Amino acid sequence: MTLMQKLLGASAVLALSAGAALADPAIIFDLGGKFDRSFNEAAFNGAERWAEETGGSYGEIELQNDAQREQAMRRLAEQGYNPIVMAGFAHSSVLDTVAPDYPDTSFVIIDGVVDQPNVQSIIFQEHEGSYLVGMLAAMASETGTVGFIGGMDIPLISRFACGYAQGATAVNPDITVLSNMTGTTPSAWNDPVRGGELTRDQIGRGADVVYAAAGGTGVGVLQTAADEGILSIGVDSNQNYLHPGMVLTSMLKRVDVAVYESFSADSIEPGIQVWGLAENAVGYAVDENNEALITDEMAAAVDAAREQIIAGEIEVHNFTDDGACPIQMQ
Amino acid sequence: MDFATLLQLLDSTVRLATPLLLACLAGLFSERAGIFDIGLEGKILASAFFSAAVAYVSGSVWIGLLAGIGSSVALSGIHGLASITFRGNQLISGVAINFLASGLTVVISQTWFGQGGRTPALQGAARFENIHLPFADALMPVPVVGPLYEQIISGHSILVYVALLTVPFSWWLLFRTRFGLRLRAVGENPAAVDTAGISVVGMRFAAVGICGILCGIAGAYLSTGLSAQFVKEMSAGRGFIALAALIFAKWRPWHALYACLLFGFLDAVGNRFQNVELLGITIPVQFMQALPYILVVVILAGLVGRAIPPRAGGEPYVKER
Repeated sequence: MTLMQKLLGASAVLALSAGAALADPAIIFDLGGKFDRSFNEAAFNGAERWAEETGGSYGEIELQNDAQREQAMRRLAEQGYNPIVMAGFAHSSVLDTVAPDYPDTSFVIIDGVVDQPNVQSIIFQEHEGSYLVGMLAAMASETGTVGFIGGMDIPLISRFACGYAQGATAVNPDITVLSNMTGTTPSAWNDPVRGGELTRDQIGRGADVVYAAAGGTGVGVLQTAADEGILSIGVDSNQNYLHPGMVLTSMLKRVDVAVYESFSADSIEPGIQVWGLAENAVGYAVDENNEALITDEMAAAVDAAREQIIAGEIEVHNFTDDGACPIQMQ
Repeated sequence: MDFATLLQLLDSTVRLATPLLLACLAGLFSERAGIFDIGLEGKILASAFFSAAVAYVSGSVWIGLLAGIGSSVALSGIHGLASITFRGNQLISGVAINFLASGLTVVISQTWFGQGGRTPALQGAARFENIHLPFADALMPVPVVGPLYEQIISGHSILVYVALLTVPFSWWLLFRTRFGLRLRAVGENPAAVDTAGISVVGMRFAAVGICGILCGIAGAYLSTGLSAQFVKEMSAGRGFIALAALIFAKWRPWHALYACLLFGFLDAVGNRFQNVELLGITIPVQFMQALPYILVVVILAGLVGRAIPPRAGGEPYVKER
């Protein structure tokens, strides 16, 4: 390497870091709050990892209610943050109207699709990850009944439910899959009391493994499941540590990676990015808290299914494609 | 619907009705003394936070309960100060308490625990465990009565039994003691009470204080009995449902019990039966979960008979000169 190249390289690095200092990234958390131990916390961890590794700082807004969405986006855009990452499907419609007003700002939306030239939409294949934990649930269940508890009743959550049901049915065609939604308003992401009631109800109907895809409500589901002595499955972040030995596994959704990569990227490519098993963006968590619960056969069966899904040999139906699920849930 | 399903529904009803019942009786004492209180919601929320936070720090749920009651009584004191001492508008003071609790709980919890307005999860002695009443297992083989006793009556946290016992106690206190008579009189005709040489202000403060204690128990039950941590806005409108139940019950303790059990039952039905098929039509989950609120509208529209509030309710008492 010649001296010239070194100098050029160094000045390029300087220019880049100067650029980064001029435009810090920012993130907007959704209503669950950034410490929901689940979706938003994953996003927060990604942002923190970026800040630790680069020493940079980022802007953040934690929404308190729906009316603040547009204001939050505009404020961050006008303060010059770039890119602005939005965690949560609920930002979609507002972003669709706000994005054209700030053509020089890049936006990233996780879990939603917005068709604008300066917006990147990141979609996770939750049904694939849910399929895997559905298989684990069916293999761990002794009663032949497994449960699903969703947060707000929206197609995205039905995608989790449908993937889960397909995975459970793949292991045991006679299995009964119970499914309940916590509510129909955003407060359904933060109602652990109702989550606990729904869990007791599903236990009463015979479920001995419940999968919670419900943000902060899921904390109540996992708590009740542990109290009543049945297994539960966490979501988004690794929640195995919440009740060691009582949480079968967690369906990981690497929202943290999505945030981290968006923060680190030199430029944001507009369009839709689909992240699934093949990208290692969804999966199931094994750590010291649950390794005793997952036998070698279970792990082998799930890993085989994972390979087959990536290879296209197993087709996991996506609920949001047609708004219907091939498996009947109760 | 089979017997087992019915048992689960009723079991869930008892749990869901308990915070409503406590809040409803709290409102009963306050309103019978002529102080309207729409700040029930805020007091429940404040108590839910302080009981969970103090239970976590101290490791004892009983100290947590005391702290919860303390915070709720403090808010009651503010309400009393504004609406009794300074003769302010009772509704506005109540609304202010709701806002105060909603904001303060999150801010304080963020400062203390740094978990975005939550408290850490409670474990062991820091939460109320379910109590198994004697003979629950022995009675189990007896048909109907056994499971009924084992599932619905036994196996709840102690606060559930406290709430249920508060009903006859409230009735006795209000309708069989001198204190109760005076308290009701203060809500109907404070001038007469004053003429008899009894302090209207004192009676009203006593009523508001009882209201604070009961709301405190309700909040503690939410965060340390039903769940095991505080989450922002976890009272989820229960204080307002309790107010509706109070009107439904026409300000009477036993009727308050029935009204709250009905609301709890509808809530349990909404949880249990989602997307029900009835006569070939699928009833959507939205409708099932809206049931308690639909009932509120029906009641408030006055379809359930005339509900006459205490006559001096909402009026600050001004001594004539």
